[in-house]
Amino acid sequence: MKTFLRIIGTLVVLGVVALVAFIFVPVQRTGPVTKLAADYQPPKGAGEYVMRASDCMACHTAEGGKPFAGGRAIASPMGVIYTTNITPDKETGIGNWTLGDFRAALYDGVDKEGHHLYPAMPYDSYRKLSEEDVVALYDYFMKEVQPVSAQVPETKLSFPFNLRFGLRAWNWLALGDAGYKPVQGEDAVFNRGAYLVEGAGHCAACHSPRNLMMMSSGSSEKDAAFLSGGEIDGFTAPDLRGPASGPQQWTTEQVAAYLLTARNAHSTATGEMALAIRDSLQYLTKDDAMAIATYLRKIGAGKGAAPTAEKVEVTPTETLLSDAKPDMQLGPRLYLDNCAACHIVNGRGAGETFPALDGNSLVDAKSPKGLISVILHGAELPSTADRPMKLRMQGYDNRLSDEEVAALATFLRQGWHNKAPAVSAAEVKTVRDEKH
Amino acid sequence: MARTEKKKNVVLVGFGWTGAILGMELANEGLEILALERGHDQATVPDFQYPNMIDELKYGIRYGMMEKPRNTTVSIRRSLDETALPYRSLGTFLLGTGVGGAGTHWNGLNWRPMLSEYRLKSYATEKFGAGIIPEGMQIQDYPMSYEELEPHFTRFEKVAGISGQAGNVGGKIVEGGNPFEAPRSENYPMPPMPSTWDGVKFRDAAKANGCHPFPSPGGIASKDYVNEYNMQMGPCNHCGFCERYGCYNYSKSSPQTAIIDALKRKKNFEYRVQAEVMRVEMAPDGKTATGVTYIDLTTGEEVFQPADMVILTAFALNNVHLMLLSGIGKPYDPNTGEGVVGRNYAYQMLGGYTMFFKDENFNPFIGTGANGYCIDDYGIDNIDFGKEGFIGGAYWRAGQTNGQPGHSMPLPGDVPSWGAGWKKGIGEWYGHAMSIGAHGSLMSYRDNYLDLDPTYKDRHGRPLMRMTFNWKQNDLKMINFMQTKMKPIVDSMKPTSAQAGFKKEGAMFDVRPYQTTHNTGGTVTGEDPKTSVLNRYLQSWDAHNVFVMGANTFPQNTQYNPTGMVGALAYWAAHHIRKDYLPNPRPLV
Repeated sequence: MKTFLRIIGTLVVLGVVALVAFIFVPVQRTGPVTKLAADYQPPKGAGEYVMRASDCMACHTAEGGKPFAGGRAIASPMGVIYTTNITPDKETGIGNWTLGDFRAALYDGVDKEGHHLYPAMPYDSYRKLSEEDVVALYDYFMKEVQPVSAQVPETKLSFPFNLRFGLRAWNWLALGDAGYKPVQGEDAVFNRGAYLVEGAGHCAACHSPRNLMMMSSGSSEKDAAFLSGGEIDGFTAPDLRGPASGPQQWTTEQVAAYLLTARNAHSTATGEMALAIRDSLQYLTKDDAMAIATYLRKIGAGKGAAPTAEKVEVTPTETLLSDAKPDMQLGPRLYLDNCAACHIVNGRGAGETFPALDGNSLVDAKSPKGLISVILHGAELPSTADRPMKLRMQGYDNRLSDEEVAALATFLRQGWHNKAPAVSAAEVKTVRDEKH
Repeated sequence: MARTEKKKNVVLVGFGWTGAILGMELANEGLEILALERGHDQATVPDFQYPNMIDELKYGIRYGMMEKPRNTTVSIRRSLDETALPYRSLGTFLLGTGVGGAGTHWNGLNWRPMLSEYRLKSYATEKFGAGIIPEGMQIQDYPMSYEELEPHFTRFEKVAGISGQAGNVGGKIVEGGNPFEAPRSENYPMPPMPSTWDGVKFRDAAKANGCHPFPSPGGIASKDYVNEYNMQMGPCNHCGFCERYGCYNYSKSSPQTAIIDALKRKKNFEYRVQAEVMRVEMAPDGKTATGVTYIDLTTGEEVFQPADMVILTAFALNNVHLMLLSGIGKPYDPNTGEGVVGRNYAYQMLGGYTMFFKDENFNPFIGTGANGYCIDDYGIDNIDFGKEGFIGGAYWRAGQTNGQPGHSMPLPGDVPSWGAGWKKGIGEWYGHAMSIGAHGSLMSYRDNYLDLDPTYKDRHGRPLMRMTFNWKQNDLKMINFMQTKMKPIVDSMKPTSAQAGFKKEGAMFDVRPYQTTHNTGGTVTGEDPKTSVLNRYLQSWDAHNVFVMGANTFPQNTQYNPTGMVGALAYWAAHHIRKDYLPNPRPLV
């Protein structure tokens, strides 16, 4: 009995010590993955380029705020997370951070004081950045960004998520080795693409499903769920690897065009992807966009083979619309009255201007939220160097009722080759109310 | 006391087609450019969006896109002994406003003048003798040749996004195109638009009568299109809301679809709207401009905008008005024939037949502004001036542009214009009418001109511009010739009935019905400073840092819609400003 109690006692003490250690022992920071020369200077423009590729500005700038001064509210299932001021301001920004502090934030998800960052900051992806890129990025923030004195609102999540130390365990599970290890047997283009997708581009943050622990499934193409589609703020981030997905249906050039200009012969980017292109991807070099496209096409169902030629047969949906019989149902009638002028009765639209709706990942998405949102509020393509036009689809919120949008969306989701569940008026109402 | 803004290298007055072209071309030289637009900003969405834009009452009848006469207008008289009165109610021409200007509300018809039109005076006198030019007509040659302008026509057609079928590529006649067109270096950037049934019917009749029909060339996209500035158009859906409307479908060529978003990305380009330019300011020696003074219409504040160069890129009439108000060049005096600013104002001579077919249904709600088929068999190059007794010509076109009932519902003459009989007539004839139009040249004359009105002033206290214009026998003869040639073709189509709409000899200019907005001349380009305001580079003879774009540069009007020529001249001028003027600013001639 005594022995038993002693064992229990010892275990409790050990547990308490472990817990105290878990909470208070500073996190071991990951060092540089490559040792650079002491006088290493990043090439001119390299830091800004890594910043663009990593899309730092989008999250770390408030709506209408000064660049990188933080304060943007990021909605998460656990509550609102406010992004931090990452300008080189010494009081409110990161002006006092050393390269080691900076690297630890990118690699280990801890700030200068050792507090855990919430993984809304995609350090599980940035962990793959090369030392050259980390140094370039640090150099950029310290020397090229204007310091801004701006205190951001404190992030206050509900219990237990307000206990940041809990992330230590999350990190044990979520974080692999730092740095990117080239895939043997693949060429430099593939590996450059993989590096950008898995690392700076943090594509998995949206395009991979998250498990119950909110972890991205996999950190590389070796995991089958990696980039197989996810969700962001109720919107579906499409699968990038399945046979029907964009990258597998399009040519490498078309994937690259989509990344650089938000449009290609088939489709256009909306929602968060349009923002990612506006703020980040359009600044990539053509070579890097092609590298990403090459990688995405290679890791998908098509394995990089040329996409099969488009089917051009007349579908029953097209016949229904072309016949335009007066007794046609509400959905197709609304399509003829509001959509067909641009998207055409065959649902194929027109290259780079009017996206195809047949096989469109937004139309066909698991969650109808994106489609409903575009019908109600329209969408605008960002102006990019290669395609400067801010092509804009108008919204129909003042023209169509919830029932009408539901009928139209249902028609779109089940027209041509699309096979997605119907949409209810209640779902439309939810999206409509969110905006106001 | 005017507020003074920071100096710019170039100030552009007006932000339509020519403002956007010059803005882009000179921004590419790295210059600091400012465009001043008196109207509002407007973009496809939300300003032209569906279905708000396709509102015939608001835009087609009440002219929602046009400048209100209470803001800017002209006074008009028909002869030197009449007293001009302000054009208070829009009728014969519709002056647009806002970003994109007339380039947003046009129909899209895009042409290159025929070969004789560039050197009309020389051509007429060489071919038909010096006596061919009647008393009072003062036509003259363009100071640049078609060959010099050709690359700039091609460039504009590619930027604007023109659909059409070439008929003469490098001297080689191409089947299906216009065999009489000036030889072009390459085909149109997009294939022609398909035609509605009325156009096809005309095509077949014209062919059967020995003519050479070809699809209308126009700034209406027949497919998805990307131009050299990477700007885009989407294919047209034939909704029929082109003229008087902005296109909601990204299908009609306009500064918005062709240039503006690309130009907005340039950090050295800026534009300000609601900025109405009062005058170009001149240096004390009167030899160069120092900038412009404008009124910020949102605050009423007067602003001086200094600039190294001033380029007038407003609508034709506004460019002439500004030259007169600024005192650049000597105003034209029709009594002495001296002076040049305001000289050679011209317009357009139109006529046509409307035919009614009991058993045809033309579905008029399908249309585009540049729809249908044309012929140039009676174009100016094909007319024997000596034999016919006039100088001029016309192209013909059949192709419905719209079926809007408020202003596009032709009814036979025996249908009453109101009441039950009118309703019955509509039921019987709506959709059963088609027309063939002759779009003819108009020469310049001693007493058709523009000057400042001695009585009427605008809201800023500036004299209105006065238009003195009337039809002349030469052009009335031309259009009557067209009627005699058109009648047999009309008859061959065997309509139930047909009615002619041609001006008769002695017809007087009537400003009430809409005719066309093709106002030309007033600051014409020429070889001789005594008969022109601008040299061959559209540079003012009097102030070398003032350039003037637009149809106001035409020495007389051509037989075509002017936009193609306006675009080509803008690229021609931009090319020479970049190549010759900027390295060494001076009079280029």
